[in-house]
Amino acid sequence: MTVPVLEIIGLNKGFPVKNGFGRTVDEVRAVDDVSFSIAKGEVYGLAGESGSGKSTIARMIMGLERPTSGDILIEGRNLGGGMAAAEKRKLVQMVFQNPGSSLNPRRTIGQSLRVPLEAMGLAGRKIDARIGELLDMVQLPANFAERFPHELSGGQKQRVAIARAIAVQPRLLVLDEPTSALDVSVQAKVIDLLVDLGRELELSYLFISHDLSLMRNFADRIGVLYRGRIVETGRSDAVFENPAHDYTRLLIASVPVVTAEEEAVRPKIPLIDGEIPTAEALLALREQERRNPTSE
Amino acid sequence: MSESLLSIRGLNVQFSAYGRSQQVLHDVSLDVPAHSQVALVGESGSGKTVTMKAIMGLLRDPPARILSGEIRYEGRDLLKLPPRERKKLNGTEMSMVFQDPMSSLNPVFTIADQLGTILKYADRRLGRSRSGRERMARVLEVLAQVRMRDPERVAASYPVMLSGGMRQRVLIAMALLSEPKLLIADEPGTALDVTTQAQILKLLKDLVADRGLALLMITHNLGVVRETSDYVYVMNKGVVVEHAPAAELFSAPREDYTRSLIAAVPRLTGGMRFGSAGARV
Ligand SMILES: Nc1ncnc2c1ncn2[C@@H]1O[C@H](COP(=O)(O)OP(=O)(O)OP(=O)(O)O)[C@@H](O)[C@H]1O
Ligand SMILES: Nc1ncnc2c1ncn2[C@@H]1O[C@H](COP(=O)(O)OP(=O)(O)OP(=O)(O)O)[C@@H](O)[C@H]1O
Ligand SMILES: [Mg+2]
Ligand SMILES: [Mg+2]
Repeated sequence: MTVPVLEIIGLNKGFPVKNGFGRTVDEVRAVDDVSFSIAKGEVYGLAGESGSGKSTIARMIMGLERPTSGDILIEGRNLGGGMAAAEKRKLVQMVFQNPGSSLNPRRTIGQSLRVPLEAMGLAGRKIDARIGELLDMVQLPANFAERFPHELSGGQKQRVAIARAIAVQPRLLVLDEPTSALDVSVQAKVIDLLVDLGRELELSYLFISHDLSLMRNFADRIGVLYRGRIVETGRSDAVFENPAHDYTRLLIASVPVVTAEEEAVRPKIPLIDGEIPTAEALLALREQERRNPTSE
Repeated sequence: MSESLLSIRGLNVQFSAYGRSQQVLHDVSLDVPAHSQVALVGESGSGKTVTMKAIMGLLRDPPARILSGEIRYEGRDLLKLPPRERKKLNGTEMSMVFQDPMSSLNPVFTIADQLGTILKYADRRLGRSRSGRERMARVLEVLAQVRMRDPERVAASYPVMLSGGMRQRVLIAMALLSEPKLLIADEPGTALDVTTQAQILKLLKDLVADRGLALLMITHNLGVVRETSDYVYVMNKGVVVEHAPAAELFSAPREDYTRSLIAAVPRLTGGMRFGSAGARV
């Protein structure tokens, strides 16, 4: 049996909630007993509510946050077991949710891309050539190497972040809403690029996104998070065609679409007061129905 | 069309830095009537954010230069207004939601502090006053309006303690605090799950209908545009290439560019092939 590139087992993360005097009064269960794995070359999509713990999971994989409990294995090796930071960076890279804050404002784009390349042992003209290649891959002109982040539009910055992450050719790329700042045509090109790189280098992806239409088309399997827990998981076509959990149905029903055909496949959700309900209201309604199965 | 609340005519903007100069807006004209939701779409780098910064008076000269054009708000040309009067409008009459939440929030103050301070200054400019307690009540009210599950916790949090979508909603709350007439939002829904997004869009729609808010929304999400906007402007390389009522734009786009944008939207029905092997047309 082949070892998964990423395996997450029983992961938990709680954050303390403090009162005005700095005393801990409560806890936010940001991640609640989450388990899943990603095979070599596979795209695993993580969807779910805002605040449901997606970025926290990503940050724990990157070692930027310490789990309260649970295990994270990369190629079978436990991250908690003291893997050297440099070694880990070669295996796992991340593109953050927020393009603006992940680039150093005082470095030119070229200087930012140079850092990981030098760390890989490249030198001299090879670096410049590779920088040109990377910019080309993400469809930016070579002279962008001389620009500073503030001179770039939101989508241009995001492409630089992707170029920097693939520079070291990692095994797993964690993408936290990598294309939400991109227009659809650039997004399609970036996803094309990710798919090609995935095939060429057998890269695996953890793809976090609110764009469910994109997720259906890009991810092989998906997991749906609600309040820190995975409420549904499966092959993405199966989940989209037959969502089992009410929260998943609500999510798919809320996707804004551009054609009438898509409107027709959105699940029908019971309206509350004539409107699409909040997740809480819908789940409360279902709970009530389960308790009183006879009442209509 | 009724007299527009906001009306841009022939706007030309250029950036210059280190001897390079580049014109990024070419003769941009657009209208945002009161009681309406107008969308501005177009590819990355096409000049949407620059347009919005020009409206808000946030382009710095240098490097930016407004070569020519008018930006009329309630009939007055904002570009000719004395800086003091221009400033007075921001955060009171007109508000904006920035694309990048982290850069608009101060990491060392709690959300309650930041929203409270903004409200205080807005009140002062409008010659109103409120007690600290009343201000806090208004802050919690707006946080609840943007669908925060736990407004008290969010108010007491520092920005790093919030998820991306929560921060984005804080920015929307910030923009709504002083009940503006014109709201310009740069990608207000991208960091939100679709259910929360639908609720925020509904909130904005209600504000447009009930309070006469005019909304100019910049977005890459064409589904959102189709389902919520009245009128759409499509921009490409600094030029408005097509504008039409939303329903018309989606049923009968006139420009190839618009057609290619719509075609590139991934479909909820699946079947899109990515990668050079699947070569889409
Ligand atoms: N450093 C922190 N301190 C306290 N609470 C935190 C911290 N980081 C995250 N949280 C809380 O953990 C929860 C999950 O946040 P997370 O960023 O993982 O959500 P998310 O699923 O990525 O949401 P979004 O889709 O909005 O980005 C939220 O309630 C958030 O407020
Ligand atoms: N301070 C600046 N100096 C030089 N060029 C700039 C500056 N700010 C923006 N530009 C350029 O102006 C053009 C328009 O940028 P703008 O930010 O308006 O794009 P956008 O349409 O908002 O794109 P996105 O969808 O990616 O956010 C881009 O080519 C960008 O590189
Ligand atoms: Mg997140
Ligand atoms: Mg922009």
